[in-house]
Order: sequence, then structure tokens, then C-alpha cells
Amino acid sequence: MAGKYEAGVKEYRQTYWAPDYVPLDSDILACFKIVPQPGVDREEAAAAVAAESSTGTWTTVWTDLLTDLDYYKGRAYRIEDVPGDDTAFYAFVAYPIDLFEEGSVVNVFTSLVGNVFGFKAVRALRLEDVRFPLHYVMTCNGPPHGIQVERDKMDKYGRPMLGCTIKPKLGLSAKNYGRAVYEALRGGLDFTKDDENVNSQPFMRWRDRFLFVAEAIHNAEAQTGERKGHYLNVTAPSPEEMYERAEFAKELRMPIIMHDFLTGGFCANTGLARWCRKNGLLLHIHRAMHAVIDRNPHHGIHFRVLTKALRLSGGDHLHTGTVVGKLEGDRASTLGWIDLLRESYVPEDRSRGIFFDQDWGSMPGAFAVASGGIHVWHMPSLLAIFGDDAVFQFGGGTLGHPWGNAAGAAANRVALEACVEARNRGVDVEKEGKAILTNAARHSPELKIALETWKEIKFEFDTVDKLDVQNR
Amino acid sequence: MADVQEYKQTRRYETFSYLPPLSAEQVRAQIQYIISQGWNPAVEHIEPNRPYTYYWYMWKLPMFGERNADAVLAEIEACRREYPNHSIRLIGYDNYTQSQGLSFVVHRGS
Repeated sequence: MAGKYEAGVKEYRQTYWAPDYVPLDSDILACFKIVPQPGVDREEAAAAVAAESSTGTWTTVWTDLLTDLDYYKGRAYRIEDVPGDDTAFYAFVAYPIDLFEEGSVVNVFTSLVGNVFGFKAVRALRLEDVRFPLHYVMTCNGPPHGIQVERDKMDKYGRPMLGCTIKPKLGLSAKNYGRAVYEALRGGLDFTKDDENVNSQPFMRWRDRFLFVAEAIHNAEAQTGERKGHYLNVTAPSPEEMYERAEFAKELRMPIIMHDFLTGGFCANTGLARWCRKNGLLLHIHRAMHAVIDRNPHHGIHFRVLTKALRLSGGDHLHTGTVVGKLEGDRASTLGWIDLLRESYVPEDRSRGIFFDQDWGSMPGAFAVASGGIHVWHMPSLLAIFGDDAVFQFGGGTLGHPWGNAAGAAANRVALEACVEARNRGVDVEKEGKAILTNAARHSPELKIALETWKEIKFEFDTVDKLDVQNR
Repeated sequence: MADVQEYKQTRRYETFSYLPPLSAEQVRAQIQYIISQGWNPAVEHIEPNRPYTYYWYMWKLPMFGERNADAVLAEIEACRREYPNHSIRLIGYDNYTQSQGLSFVVHRGS
């Protein structure tokens, strides 16, 4: 029996702070990092976040009494200190699964990171992690194919794959672009890639690019005897144009296409991932705009959450950062979200920033893509960090070779295979990296020149978004 | 331009085909790796003019549970005696991932 209707404003904590609540296996759990406004205590701020991201509004309404709000409301059930940061705290919120449409990453994020992020009672808010219950995971399509199917289709086993983003990223004609693709693939790369901002500009319309790239791939496959692909970017102004481009890639018998899941949006991405499973094309996912969302340690969405969103929405590859290259990435934290992308079960591990156990059930894993400012000298570290289920993408590190793309590609391939061969023999590749590469270069003039060219380049800036630990 | 070398195109055979052919000792180390990972070694072969196809001929059956690297090397050699011109590859079947943990061509054929 419901209580009487009393109009007016109640403290959020009366309804949404539930420290005794034991989360259900089927609840969606979220960990927020909250910086409250001065004068707002932790319980009230946590309850406010739970309310505003679920059933609550700022005042009581009579229609609340027409339903069982105790069944539908989100609950803040735990508060923790943030190690090394007195300005913020962690709030854990449990949401009943009924609040969300099945299989809709769109709907989950509209709630969890919707209005609440502009809410006045909090000064800053960051979604640190989300536990998706297996009940919800199983309603999502997930990666179109996953790691195992991609390996079988591409016939690549026992090693990471190699890729390269074609540069200059804007301004090449379609035919010259296809030449750069052909050279990199015939030299030994498995994949080449459209840069994320290559869509269909006046200097190179998408259809021309697809045709010349298809020719490049077919030739490189015939001449090397190996399977090759190019991530044809189908990211487009509208879903209709996106599917038109995807259909043409299929017509050209291309193995893989590409999408930018944040600028394109979760709706487009989920639709394209379903199309890819139905039509047998692999799907490479770029993450432009992620740093806007995930880089500020106090506000936004952590990348591990975006990783989970992508795995649910669907993609066979996802850029994860390199740890060693020119772009942001803390090693332990990166290893955490790489596991979230690839493994079937990931236990809570605060030392890697993982706040919840995450069970993916039978949902396939996706390849981690390391791209940005990496070159042959990074190969031993990349192999040690990422293991085999990854794609290493050397853009400048392939095209910038003094003898051209084919030689640059061969140098990378020799370096990779030498490291894998040594690792399998039990050699510590990070420690012995220099000896492995120098030794391999005795049989590869392409690698020897590459090692000389990039000897001095380092990217040693401090990471902005670090894990929350004492004494940072 | 005198410093620049032309890249000579040759046929390749996926993993390890950009290294010089592995010595018997190196092949043995890779077999040991397959065994230590708990994978099942297997030998396959094919006529040298058509390595691009997914399915090669199986040499007998995968060696389920084989722990002895020398036994695997002996099967590779037996396959080579039977088909001296064929490409021969060694596979480590990973039944947990339902994939191949490793696959590389031991003899490229002629």
C-alpha cells in the first residue's frame, strides 16, 4: 500500500541512498567519481546522482504513486574514498535491469550519462566503470565476428597482425592512395587503414577510393600469397549513405570495413555491426572524440566504459592506445581495458582500474589496436604488452621508411616475427629487444635502415589520466 | 636515390615467412612452445603451387596430447620423405579458443 501524496521537495537521500541494499545479479552497476558542490554531503550527492540517472526528478509528483518506484529506482548503495584525491569520492549505484531497453547501448547511456552530468548538485562527475549483468550482455549483438573468426578468415595465427594508416591522411587522389595501400600490403602488412577523417571528400570520393583499394588488395594477395585487407571507412553523414558504402565494399569482396563509433554514434554503430555479421564483413572501430570524453580525471566517461559500450554495440577491432607511442595511455589501466575488450570473464582488479567483475558469457572478444607514433623499436614492448590478439599499426613507421612503404612494411614484419619467434623460445623480449632486432636486421636490409632511421625518437610525456592511487 | 633499394617481391607463407628458414633447433623450440601451451601439434602439406587455400592435406591426424617434441619432428620428417616437393606446415591447435595458437610453414616446398 502506497503512502499519501505530499507535494514538495524531498532530500534525495530519503529515497535513493540505500547503504543496506545488496545488488542483484541482474542489476546494472555503476561507479561514479563525484566532486560535490560545497555544502552537499556525500550521501546526498550520491543519492542525487542515482535519482537523476534513473527515476527521480527534482520534486515529488503525484504520478510517482501510480507505480512501484521501489522496484524501478536506482540506488546509491556504497561510498568510497578516492585514493590520493580528497576532492572526490566514488559512489556505487545499482539500477534494476527493467530500466533499460534490451540490446540498446543507446538507451543505457542516455540514462547513465544523460541529464545527470549537467546536474547542479555536483561540480564534476565521471563514470568510472559499469557492470553489465550477463542478463543484459546476452541481449546485445556484440562483435560481428570476434577474434577467432577473424583469425580464421584472414588465416593469421600465432602472432599479432600488422596495419598502417595511409598518410598524408587528407589530400591524396584515389589512385595515388591505392598505390600507397598496394605498396604497404605487398611489403608484408596484413591491413592498411583509412584515416578516420577520410570519408568522401572532394579530393577523393569514397567510391573511387574503394575501387582503387580493391585492386591494390587483390594484387597484393596474388603476389604475396597472403590474405590482406584495408579498413574501408564507411562512416558517413547519414545511415543510408553508410550502408550504401558498406554494400559496395561487400560487392568488391572486401574483407573488412571501418566505422567511427563515437562521432558516428552508438545507434549507427550497432546497426552497422549487425549488418556486418549478416553480410560477413569484419568491422574495424576507430574512437575519434574519445579523449574529449575520457581524458579529464574528474569529469566524463572513463575509456574502460567506452570499451564495454563498443563490445556490446559491436566491433571486431578497437583502438586502445599503445602505452608506448605518441598518445595518452597508462600501462596498468590500458591492460585493464584490453582485457575488457578481449576476455570472456574479467574479475574486479583495482590495481588496473576495474571496479566490477564483468562476465561476457559467449560474446566474442575483439582485437585491441595499438596505433599512433609507434615504430620498429617499440615492437618488443608492444608484443609484451598486447600479446597476440592485437593489431599494431605503424603509419609513419611504415610510410616514413627511407626506401618507401614496401620496405617499411617488410621491416615491421621482420621485426614482429623475430620478436614472436624469440618470445616462443622463452626469451624476455622487452629485456632482450635490442639484441633480437639487431640480430634480425642481419638478414633484412629493410629492418636495418628502419632501426637507424627511428633510433632517437621517444615519446616520454607524463600521462594526464592516471589510475587513482595514493601519492600520485 | 643511389642509397635507395628496390623492394623485391617474393611469395610468402604467413607467420615466420619473413625470417630466414628456421633451423631444426629453432623448429624444435617452437614445437616445445606449442606443447607447453597445452596445444595439439598437427602437420599439414600441400602442392607448392597452391598454398593460398585454407585447407591443406592433413598428415595423418593432429597429435592429440603429444608431449614429446622429437615425436613431432619425426612426423614432419616422415611427411617430407613422402612429399619432398610439398609445402609443409606445423599447427598448434588450441581447443580452448577453437583456433590455432600457432601455424607456420616449416618447409616451403619447390
